[in-house]
Amino acid sequence: MSLTRAEVEHVARLARLQLTEEECEAFTLQLNDILKFVEQLNALNTEGIEPTAHAIPVANVFRPDQVCPSMDPESALANAPDRVNYYFRVPKVLEGDES
Amino acid sequence: MLYAKTAHELHDRIRKKEVTAVEVVESVYQRIHAVDPKVNAYVTLAEEAALETARQVDAKLAKGEELPALAGIPVAVKDVLSTTGIRTTCSSKMLENYVPVYDASVVIKLKDQEMPVLGKTNMDEFAMGSSTENSAFGVTRNPWNVEMVPGGSSGGSAAAVSAGEAILALGTDTGGSIRQPAAYCGIVGLKPTYGRVSRYGLIAYASSLDQVGPMTKDVADCALLMQAIAGYDPKDTTSVDYPVPDYLHEMKMPIKGMRIGLAEEYLGEGISAPVRAAVDNAVRVYQDLGATIVPVSLPHTQYALAAYYIIAPAEASSNLARYDGVRYGFRTPEAVADSVEMFMKTRAAGFGAEVKRRIMVGTYALSSGYYDAYYKKAQQVRTLIREDFNQAFTQCDVILTPTTPSVAFPLGAKTEDPLEMYLQDICTITCNLAGIPGISVPAGFDRGLPIGIQLMGPAFKEEVLLRAAWHFEQATDFHKQRPNL
Repeated sequence: MSLTRAEVEHVARLARLQLTEEECEAFTLQLNDILKFVEQLNALNTEGIEPTAHAIPVANVFRPDQVCPSMDPESALANAPDRVNYYFRVPKVLEGDES
Repeated sequence: MLYAKTAHELHDRIRKKEVTAVEVVESVYQRIHAVDPKVNAYVTLAEEAALETARQVDAKLAKGEELPALAGIPVAVKDVLSTTGIRTTCSSKMLENYVPVYDASVVIKLKDQEMPVLGKTNMDEFAMGSSTENSAFGVTRNPWNVEMVPGGSSGGSAAAVSAGEAILALGTDTGGSIRQPAAYCGIVGLKPTYGRVSRYGLIAYASSLDQVGPMTKDVADCALLMQAIAGYDPKDTTSVDYPVPDYLHEMKMPIKGMRIGLAEEYLGEGISAPVRAAVDNAVRVYQDLGATIVPVSLPHTQYALAAYYIIAPAEASSNLARYDGVRYGFRTPEAVADSVEMFMKTRAAGFGAEVKRRIMVGTYALSSGYYDAYYKKAQQVRTLIREDFNQAFTQCDVILTPTTPSVAFPLGAKTEDPLEMYLQDICTITCNLAGIPGISVPAGFDRGLPIGIQLMGPAFKEEVLLRAAWHFEQATDFHKQRPNL
């Protein structure tokens, strides 16, 4: 499976990473090297083997349905790059004239 | 010099009123100010708060109050663990000015022990790397030879303990990031069983692999710190409610008859001759101690690295999606048309190359059409690796391997080719995939650089690892060597 430059750009868009021209070039090469390396797993027959999502069997961890204190708003906003009252301010999210 | 002592030595001297906690902390800070300009183990120091903790310990001692075992012993914390009021950067521009409003559960445990927290140590960015060269705040140098790497990603913690800039330290390990730098810096490093130590407040890299663990000057200190941090935490849903043994007591139990497994898969061509010699020497030491050597086979070992470099980047691509400039961390100062452009420019500027590379690999592996071929396949291989260990541990109590293929390499030597860097993890990675514990202990030297041997054990059997490690240490003096810094 060889990664094309277009696929690298597509993956970068999915990952919300804006890559420079040099990065695109370099990553296309390096990602292909890495993918070629991991392809050796295809040599193994894993028919019927259960995937391990967690090494230690821990499942359905619940807590009692009781109200517990939450983080206070000032703490939650303490590291905000841009805040207005109790809001995080961000550039517009919607496209076009929906707003 | 006080900074050169172990925690258990200082514990005794503090209790006997031979030294005060303040004197210990001052000694360590003097050492930090003297050598850290060269070593660069620390990203942030917390001198005032540390001295205040020490003063409180001394006040309680003067009143004859009972104190926890590690009270007054200064500790360094890898900068991937959240510390209230102390900048926590993960050695990334993305979190350069991020100050947590809560403590990680393990940090709360250090505070419960009344340990002065010296500061936050340097690491590979977001724990991705094996040399601490991927830090946005400069490289850390190996105290044994400052032209060499200390290993990674817990290179700062390893170098700090090795250089006397901390009595003990916390590191984290996802593919070997405690054990490999411990080996390179000539100290002890333990990755606990997955679920043994809480991950609450540990800034996540790969959630099914990450673990916090002790990095110390000797095995007794490792047992002491493990005792302090191990245990169930309701705030971490992957934390396991399994009893914590008395590690210091278990460590000293007899080793006669212990079955030490030796797997040929870890002793192949890639292992350097001096490292092989250190393992052979360890085998002889264990035989003299009355242990039995048992050949075991772990047939899927060769596939572990490939499985890891799909699983870890995949999980990282998900975990690092949170760094978008909205609620915390870096936000691009450039003008943007909308939020998506903000995300893209923020992440482009905030992340280093290795982090971007792994996010890309992970995103690709999880993307539509490729999930089965890569991620699911890797998780199936993970099952095979776990089964290898389950099978082996029916025949032996611990497995002995090298920690790393060779000793610390020069700064810059492996930064050209990412794959060459990844190969430093071949001996350590299987423990993380299987969720089992592993410890590295000093076992020799090659041209003045430390060699570590690794012991791997069944899940939740850290006391058996500590026992095997302690007896080996008592029969050798590698751990007594200190770098000439």
